[in-house]
Amino acid sequence: MSSNPSSNNKAVDYSQVPDARGHFGPYGGRFVSETLIYALDELEALYRKLKDDPEFQAQFDYDLAQYVGRPSPLYFAERWTKETGGAQLYLKREDLNHTGAHKINNTIGQALLAKHTGKKRIIAETGAGQHGVATATVAARLGLECHVFMGEEDIHRQSLNVYRMKLLGAEVIPVTSGSKTLKDAMNEAMRDWVTNVDNTFYIIGTCAGPHPYPELVRDFQSVIGREARRQSLAQVGKLPDALVACVGGGSNAIGLFHPFLEDESVAMYGVEAGGYGLETGKHAAPLNDGIPGVLHGNRTYLMEDENGQIIETHSISAGLDYPGVGPEHSWLKDIGRVNYVAINDDEAMAAFRNLTKVEGIMPALESSHAVAYAEKLAREMDPDQMIIVNLSGRGDKDILTVAEIDGITV
Amino acid sequence: MSRIKQRFESLRQQGRKALVSYVVMGDPAKDVTLPVMHALVASGTDIIELGIPFSDPNAEGPVIQKAHERALAHGSSLRDALAQVKQFRETDSDTPVLLMGYTNPIERMGYDSFIEKAVDAGVDAVLTVDLPPEEAEEFSEHLKQANMENIFLLAPTSSPSRQKKVTDMAGGFIYYVSLKGVTGAGNLDVNSVNENVTSIRSLTDLPVCVGFGIKDGASARAVADLSDGVVVGSVLVNQIAALAEQGETNPAIYAAAVSVIIAEIREALDK
Ligand SMILES: Cc1ncc(COP(=O)(O)O)c(C=O)c1O
Repeated sequence: MSSNPSSNNKAVDYSQVPDARGHFGPYGGRFVSETLIYALDELEALYRKLKDDPEFQAQFDYDLAQYVGRPSPLYFAERWTKETGGAQLYLKREDLNHTGAHKINNTIGQALLAKHTGKKRIIAETGAGQHGVATATVAARLGLECHVFMGEEDIHRQSLNVYRMKLLGAEVIPVTSGSKTLKDAMNEAMRDWVTNVDNTFYIIGTCAGPHPYPELVRDFQSVIGREARRQSLAQVGKLPDALVACVGGGSNAIGLFHPFLEDESVAMYGVEAGGYGLETGKHAAPLNDGIPGVLHGNRTYLMEDENGQIIETHSISAGLDYPGVGPEHSWLKDIGRVNYVAINDDEAMAAFRNLTKVEGIMPALESSHAVAYAEKLAREMDPDQMIIVNLSGRGDKDILTVAEIDGITV
Repeated sequence: MSRIKQRFESLRQQGRKALVSYVVMGDPAKDVTLPVMHALVASGTDIIELGIPFSDPNAEGPVIQKAHERALAHGSSLRDALAQVKQFRETDSDTPVLLMGYTNPIERMGYDSFIEKAVDAGVDAVLTVDLPPEEAEEFSEHLKQANMENIFLLAPTSSPSRQKKVTDMAGGFIYYVSLKGVTGAGNLDVNSVNENVTSIRSLTDLPVCVGFGIKDGASARAVADLSDGVVVGSVLVNQIAALAEQGETNPAIYAAAVSVIIAEIREALDK
């Protein structure tokens, strides 16, 4: 196991980031066209007001308990641990949330904000469709009009979720520009927002985008880490030695990591999509193989070419297939608090099959990246050590993808 | 005096409004841009705004977005845009040229390197759509040192305090976005334009040009009366798109087509 990288930066006060303008060190900020500044100012003011409002927090907690089904269990995967050999493996079961992924923690929070603005129209971007489903779900519950932008490519890959969104009453708008995946869906959502800014609330699905989105998505998702920390102390009597989470935009990872950042003994691993392998260039791992730049309203690590054009990414999992990453992760990488690693398509597929077989838990392909890395890590650690893996979502949505790889028509 | 100042000064003396014309560099081919730039000037353009192709132009409507895709399809980049301006300057030393684009390609080149090349090419000003004043301090400082103007957008949603912040940092002219929307949208509201341009003018001596949603002589005329000039983009790009779709490869045909549009708008503006 690598030594804990946080030991040499004790001075960092994690509660002080982002700064007032949304900067995490050199990352984050607000890089948008002028028309949106006012909407972001408005959102920020609203969030500042509600963030510490007991009534708002009580409503959020109530919804998470009664509608989402929180707290999600911290499950000791005994058989998986035994088969893997090494550290004890615990799964934070975000797959058991209503709609099957962590995404709903954030959409519940943002929908509450939307309710306070009085705006009746919700838009969202989605890659795997999990955030789209989670948004369509809260929109249905609140009786709000919902439009979800989704790349044409992803619509094919995630047809089950497309149909779910439609059943929930959302309109799914195919995006045909650029690479026809998540990044283009986000562009299209921003275009819609600029046009309909008066009556539209944009629910961003990950901890990226212009300030204050990275901050508020982190805060809403931090329920994962707060619970996991409490559960670990209560169930095991100690803090975990390591945390592992997959990183697309990074919301499930920051949600798990953030409440542990000051616990110096806890090592953290963010797992990016290695696609066909980092060395092939065909992956979605900007923190492993990208450079800082500006996209979608924030400065962060990106996958781009020598002319500053964003390049097409590849991952077997639509939810990780994104050329950027939340700005807080860029900062956590630079200061060395979190290790960012990559897992290839093949390794993720193997982990998907393995966890399904040994635990009867079918992870989302996104989460399978974390599962795969946790296996490697566990083998390097001692049996009395403990790893928490964020099982960010369940794999039902991916069955058709897996069947296709197996050459089976379902 | 900078080319942009000179241009507005002489327009003011003649009692005319500025016509700013936007095309995307390399749309649909690299050899089309230079003839189109000269044709824009010959048919009545006062300032050329050259779009730098970017993979994720999220402030653009479908028309200009596709232009970026056409330009990128054969690898047009910021480097090429700078090269085009340099070539343009060989025969036109008067017409101001403004580069309009997104932050990432410029940052990738590096502020210093970009500005050095831009000065050498004869670029007068830069407009980075996604670099508001809060994030533009360093870039603005670099531009100032090189005597290049930093052009900013103001929108119908910009509050008076925001207008002040932007005009304090802005140079060249203020680009007022006439509507809530992306480029090429059609919901132009003349009353709101009037109100906002009046407010902006009370804050700055810089000329104010109005863009987004101007598609012909009539709409140009309507907003020109309220401002110092107009910006046209999507109408030109639409025409280029139509020719590109037909597989047209002769740059002269593109040049002739944009000339017709600009001449009509020029005539309406000068009436
Ligand atoms: C189950 C699941 N995990 C992870 C992700 C990646 O997003 P993030 O990195 O924001 O958690 C997605 C995105 O769609 C997802 O559906």
